[in-house]
Amino acid sequence: MTIGLAHLNCRELVELVTAYLEGDLSSGERKRFDVHLSACDGCTMYVEQMRRTIELTGTLRLEDVSREAEEALLGAFRDWKAQ
Amino acid sequence: MEQLLSPQDAKLVQRLRAGDEEAFIELIRELNPSLLRVARMFVPTLALAEDVVQETWLAVLNGIDRFEGRSSLKTWIFRILTNTAKTRGERERRSVPFSTLDPEEGGFEPAVERSRFTGMGHWAVLPRAWPEDRLLANETRSMIERAIERLPPSQRTVITLRDVEGWTADEVRNALELSETNQRVLLHRARAKVRGALEQYLSEEQ
Repeated sequence: MTIGLAHLNCRELVELVTAYLEGDLSSGERKRFDVHLSACDGCTMYVEQMRRTIELTGTLRLEDVSREAEEALLGAFRDWKAQ
Repeated sequence: MEQLLSPQDAKLVQRLRAGDEEAFIELIRELNPSLLRVARMFVPTLALAEDVVQETWLAVLNGIDRFEGRSSLKTWIFRILTNTAKTRGERERRSVPFSTLDPEEGGFEPAVERSRFTGMGHWAVLPRAWPEDRLLANETRSMIERAIERLPPSQRTVITLRDVEGWTADEVRNALELSETNQRVLLHRARAKVRGALEQYLSEEQ
């Protein structure tokens, strides 16, 4: 997405949030992003909600390996070792 | 050759080569859930994904003596997985086309609905603060899980590896053979949808 040199509106800002949080914006883009944030409650809230979303997603866990799957893989490992 | 490997990886490889069962169990417990998640991106059923993962582990064992450490152990294992899964997916002819990894496939999806903004691109309806007590409830976490399940497979995989499993962007790019931009776009869309689902959920009356 290309953004105007001086101006960044809210609709454009929300599309740059991931690049911003990943530290992938150029220093110029980052500056415009921060300038906009400092003057915009809506976008400040949006970025905060995005941080909370990432944080909460980070508390989830993938299901552990099932007992049967682990047994099957161990069987395969013992076969391999015996070769 | 293995000086490129991290000390932990080098040690693990050594133990696997020596036939150390504990080392294998450690590796299975660490990687199997993510392997399964990634495999599901390429094949249509869970049963097939489980087959692909099993086949991957066999290939890992059979190849460990030849592993040269040009990438991390994890990256190498996921490369084997994606190759196995792609081959299997082609054979099944019902696979998710690999091109779905291209985030531009479905056209541009805005992070926030257009109707939330004015013609000038400013918020028409500001995002409202989320109630902290509900945010931290277990029910909210189940809701996030369901929102992730509903994502297209490529977005679901990227957000799971990045935000649930805590992988770095580079690790995800290497494992899934994604460009820097595509990895970020998939993550961006996935996160935006999960935030949107949270917003929707938290705005409903209890």
